[in-house]
Amino acid sequence: MIRAASAPAVLTGQHFMNGDIACAEGALAAGCTFLAGYPITPSTEIAEHLARRLPEAGGRFIQMEDEMASMNCILGAAWTGRRTMTATSGPGFSLMLENIGLGMITETPCVVVNVQRGGPSTGLPTLNGQADVMQAKWGSHGDYEAIAYAPASPQEMFDLTIKAFNMADTYRQPVFVLGDEAVGHMTERVTIPDASAIPRTAPKKPPFAPGEGRIYEAIDDDLVPPMPFVGEGYRIHMTGLTHDIRGYPVTSAEVHDVLVRRLNDKIRRNADKIMEWEEYLLDDADVCVVSFGSSARSTRHAINVARAQGLKAGMFRLITVWPFPGAQIARLSDRVKAFVVAEVNLGQIETQVQRFTARPVLGVHHGGGEMLRPDAILAAVQEVS
Amino acid sequence: MAPAGHVVESHPVDQLLRSDRLPHIWCPGCGLGPIMNCFVQAMVESGIPVEKHVIVSGIGCTGRVPGYINIDSFHTTHGRAIPFATGIKLANPELEVTVFSGDGDLFSIGGNHILHATRRNIDLNIICVNNFNYGMTGGQCGPTTPKGAKTSTTPHGNPEDALNLVQLMGALGAVYVARWSALHVRQLERSIGRAFQKKGLAFIEVLAPCPIGFGRPNDLGEGLDEMHLYQEECIVDDGADLKDCSIDLRSHKPLVLGNFIDIERATYGEWE
Repeated sequence: MIRAASAPAVLTGQHFMNGDIACAEGALAAGCTFLAGYPITPSTEIAEHLARRLPEAGGRFIQMEDEMASMNCILGAAWTGRRTMTATSGPGFSLMLENIGLGMITETPCVVVNVQRGGPSTGLPTLNGQADVMQAKWGSHGDYEAIAYAPASPQEMFDLTIKAFNMADTYRQPVFVLGDEAVGHMTERVTIPDASAIPRTAPKKPPFAPGEGRIYEAIDDDLVPPMPFVGEGYRIHMTGLTHDIRGYPVTSAEVHDVLVRRLNDKIRRNADKIMEWEEYLLDDADVCVVSFGSSARSTRHAINVARAQGLKAGMFRLITVWPFPGAQIARLSDRVKAFVVAEVNLGQIETQVQRFTARPVLGVHHGGGEMLRPDAILAAVQEVS
Repeated sequence: MAPAGHVVESHPVDQLLRSDRLPHIWCPGCGLGPIMNCFVQAMVESGIPVEKHVIVSGIGCTGRVPGYINIDSFHTTHGRAIPFATGIKLANPELEVTVFSGDGDLFSIGGNHILHATRRNIDLNIICVNNFNYGMTGGQCGPTTPKGAKTSTTPHGNPEDALNLVQLMGALGAVYVARWSALHVRQLERSIGRAFQKKGLAFIEVLAPCPIGFGRPNDLGEGLDEMHLYQEECIVDDGADLKDCSIDLRSHKPLVLGNFIDIERATYGEWE
């Protein structure tokens, strides 16, 4: 049973809400009408909120038996043309990776939210973590390129969830919102614009009638094939096996190489259109602190204090952790004397920064359980200044 | 009727098969061909437009069926066909969604999903081809391998009891439960047609020879020999007590077939 909408999907106005709720409202504002999920701290509020709001807005919510089922369920629903999402945390994300891989090879658009907590394993269910960054890039087997946003506020949980949906449709693949517990459970002002002001990318539809084209042929320069939906008559064949441009399984080295290169190149060649970052007080900076998510909030404070002490420090805040803006790090490397990387893990983005600079890189790390303390970041800035 | 010696250029269901992908990958004597044909025939006779039919599978020999059927078809990951199909059905309830997969896929790696989809009574048709082993990977023991049977991972005999699929599905509350074999094509075709009509989760187990993976190590002979076994050992009893319907191919215990359960139950999201 799908109910008629009884409440608006877009709650235009000023709100005071936490990051998880803002993410859920962002999904609704983006036109998401289908969520399958499984309870897990600290993302459960997203599912709870959408369990109430989605049916009111004409959509569907289903609580599945586990995260493998949740991920598959949104992939199936996506092939009917709906915008679909699931939300989880590290242990659930680990289970979803099997079928995130299916989403990558079958080019199925959807959004996967990971509100990170402390790991490995059950770790710290209720406390902060940022240690799933590399998992998002490399967690499912085989080569693929990830798109992952790292919101640093409830407002960005709203805004970047919308962007994630648009990127999923533009590049036809699962897109990640890599939140963290601190941002997910932080309550702040969130501004929801008028529905007409919310950008929406339409999925690229086949320019040919059923039977006249090959459904996995990337006919445009962006390497993204148009997407037919179930029931339109295209007689789709989708398989997790290596497939040719008809969608048929072909297990040969040649076809595999062509397919995997295109899947990766569609992101690599368009990375400049996907990557986003914020530069804070970097124009005259001697020290660049690279950070993201909740850690960027601690970093901003540390930089303000450092500036008050006369230290020329600035922040390069990753808004997309994937694709990683390595060329920007290389560019900054010509201007700054040293980098500091501030993150709630033991060096995942630090090693990325090291790949793109010969300058000293000092990591400020915490294994997880709390936000980074500005004092530790300030001390690192003072050390390399 | 075509005159004797006339070569038939096409078959009425050619349009529903991806003939450009034939011949298929299955071994000589495999039961999947006739079962797939039954599905296609039932689809034609269902009166439901072809565009509304969707078929979803997991991994394995049976998982390859959707690749040969010329409708919207989805070959997902191992064990995950049911949640994928659930997503399709809930997102577009007008579609007639069939899951077509093997015993290992649906009841071992996917066991949790079939349990919960049946509990929810999602409006799906599930066709489980039971060949008593993992055929694609070379004849390993699975959840339906009879106790004592030889497979490549039970060279000393299977130490485990097998699942009785029809009893399990009845206990879970499936609105339709049937068992047929690759030999019983008329009954199977009608049974699939009934599953299309049912609202809620309909389940059909189909016994199928796997002469290479299971027949050879268990002295069941060629595929045709196993078909003879079905002919000799099968009895049809719609009213059978499902707890007595376990299968041991190597004894002379009757193989009980039939349309065992056909009931009504509110589907997922129906309150009344």
